[in-house]
Amino acid sequence: MFLQQIANALALGSVYALFAIGFTLIFGVLEVITLAHGAVFMVGAFAGLIAVTRFNLGIIPAILTSMLASGLLGFIIDFVAVRPLRKKKYHHLAPMIATIGCATIITSISQGIFGAEAYRFPFDFVPTKSYEIGDIQLTLLQLVIIGISFSLMIMLILLLKRTKWGKAVRAVAENRRTAALLGIPVERVFQITSFTSSALGGAAGVLTGLNFNAIHTYMGGPILHRGIAVIILGGMGDIRGAMAGGLILGFSEIMSVAYISSDFRDAISFGLLFLILLIRPSGIFGKVPERKG
Amino acid sequence: MEKFQRGKGNGLTDLITSFWQTYNTLIYTIFVHGMLALSIYITLACGQLSLGNAAFMGIGAYTSALLTMKMNAPFGLSLIAGGMMPAAVALIIGIPTLRLSGVYLAMATLGFGEVVRVAFLNMSITGGSLGLNGVPLKTELWHLVLVIGIFIYFFIRLRDSRFGRILEAINEDEVVASVMGIKTTYFKVWAFTIGAFIAGVAGGLNAHFTFFISPREYGFEPAVDILTFAILGGTRTLWGPLAGSTVLTTLPELFRFLGPYRLAVNGLILLLVVLYLPNGIVSKETFKNIKKIFNGSGCLN
Repeated sequence: MFLQQIANALALGSVYALFAIGFTLIFGVLEVITLAHGAVFMVGAFAGLIAVTRFNLGIIPAILTSMLASGLLGFIIDFVAVRPLRKKKYHHLAPMIATIGCATIITSISQGIFGAEAYRFPFDFVPTKSYEIGDIQLTLLQLVIIGISFSLMIMLILLLKRTKWGKAVRAVAENRRTAALLGIPVERVFQITSFTSSALGGAAGVLTGLNFNAIHTYMGGPILHRGIAVIILGGMGDIRGAMAGGLILGFSEIMSVAYISSDFRDAISFGLLFLILLIRPSGIFGKVPERKG
Repeated sequence: MEKFQRGKGNGLTDLITSFWQTYNTLIYTIFVHGMLALSIYITLACGQLSLGNAAFMGIGAYTSALLTMKMNAPFGLSLIAGGMMPAAVALIIGIPTLRLSGVYLAMATLGFGEVVRVAFLNMSITGGSLGLNGVPLKTELWHLVLVIGIFIYFFIRLRDSRFGRILEAINEDEVVASVMGIKTTYFKVWAFTIGAFIAGVAGGLNAHFTFFISPREYGFEPAVDILTFAILGGTRTLWGPLAGSTVLTTLPELFRFLGPYRLAVNGLILLLVVLYLPNGIVSKETFKNIKKIFNGSGCLN
């Protein structure tokens, strides 16, 4: 029973981690909390659904299509709403509010197109096969979700650690002015970061849609709250932290549903979050921000 | 037929009556949103971002609604209780949280808001997810005008008071303020508590004209909406948040003909204001631009 819950928690938590990793990357590099990430997630899920139902694509091509679509959307959001605010002297919350505007526009247009009902993947598309290892029953779907989300996250980490592009991103996250002086095209790094992060958000959308087999225009809100919780748990702007935080949140949700009560799922997650903020505001992996005089 | 004949007697009165019948909820809501915008303005005035004001509004709404429904308490008393209850909660959670700053405070208050919402969902006295139905309709226009008048008066007096200056000093530079001997956390907790009181009273007034309250109204989206009112309007003076809340409450009504797309227009306007008036509607740039327009026409003549 306990091992079974761990398997469920891994499937849920890895998608949270995938969502939050893009969220935290944007915060780390652009220093913006993009509240449009939930809307990007929703658009990614719909893009994957359309790729499957209209164009009969398989699971991997569908995820790639959705990553492309949501990545482009993230790029557009950055270009239209965040980029103009980078140059001006503005209220430090202005970019966040601008992304709220984007989220409202995207969600409202999607609701106009798709309505409020839940859409499903075709019945034979979702793998239903399951394997039994001892007492644990692992569905193929869970394995696909865990496999895809972990491989995407590992790919991102390798990109950041091993490539020249990754070095540039890390340099900009460290200090954008110094990076610019060293000849790094900061603006392009911002654009690539927005694209990549949003693409990961879109992939998380398709995987969530598969996991619950429901895609609707309201799905961006709840995941956004969880994304915020995850990046606080892990420390804002920290990739490993987002992974750990996502898994912790997945575990706490599954375990509180399994052993306490489903009514208190959110209360426990956010209570945990509140406590962490009081005890260790910088999160598990985060550095304590310096106070500037 | 009768109605028509009566209408012939005094067209203007009839017009006003029908306008009032259609839009009274909107006008009430504008006042409540104005109070909510003021409630976040006082925390923003000392440089702190709180996303817990929707939760405080909810605590106030449930407290006052339960008092009038279950105990038959007089309206004024239940309103004051609706303000005191969230203020007490703010005092308790403010002392540890306000040591945090910036994004961390915003996230902590957001987490607090979620906990409050889930508490409303699961307590039996609050009616769970069904909420409270049949809150007596007691709020009248003059109540709203009076209460918001008191708050505005308070903020005008605050500006040049010792407390107001202290908040401004903390806003400008917290470290410098503390070096100058200001107990920053103490005053930040005060600002937070006053904000919670205002939000609670607004929640109480709101509950007594909407007839029905449910946990959904006090979650994440309303918290973000309240912040948006203030940022859209501008946070340099108290008129900014009031203007922002009025604009954002009225717009969806004006664009009702767009059906499901009307919120997209709201989002677009929000985006345009942030991009072109980054300090809000009520800011120096706006006045400068207006002056420029008038001066420009002057040149033409």
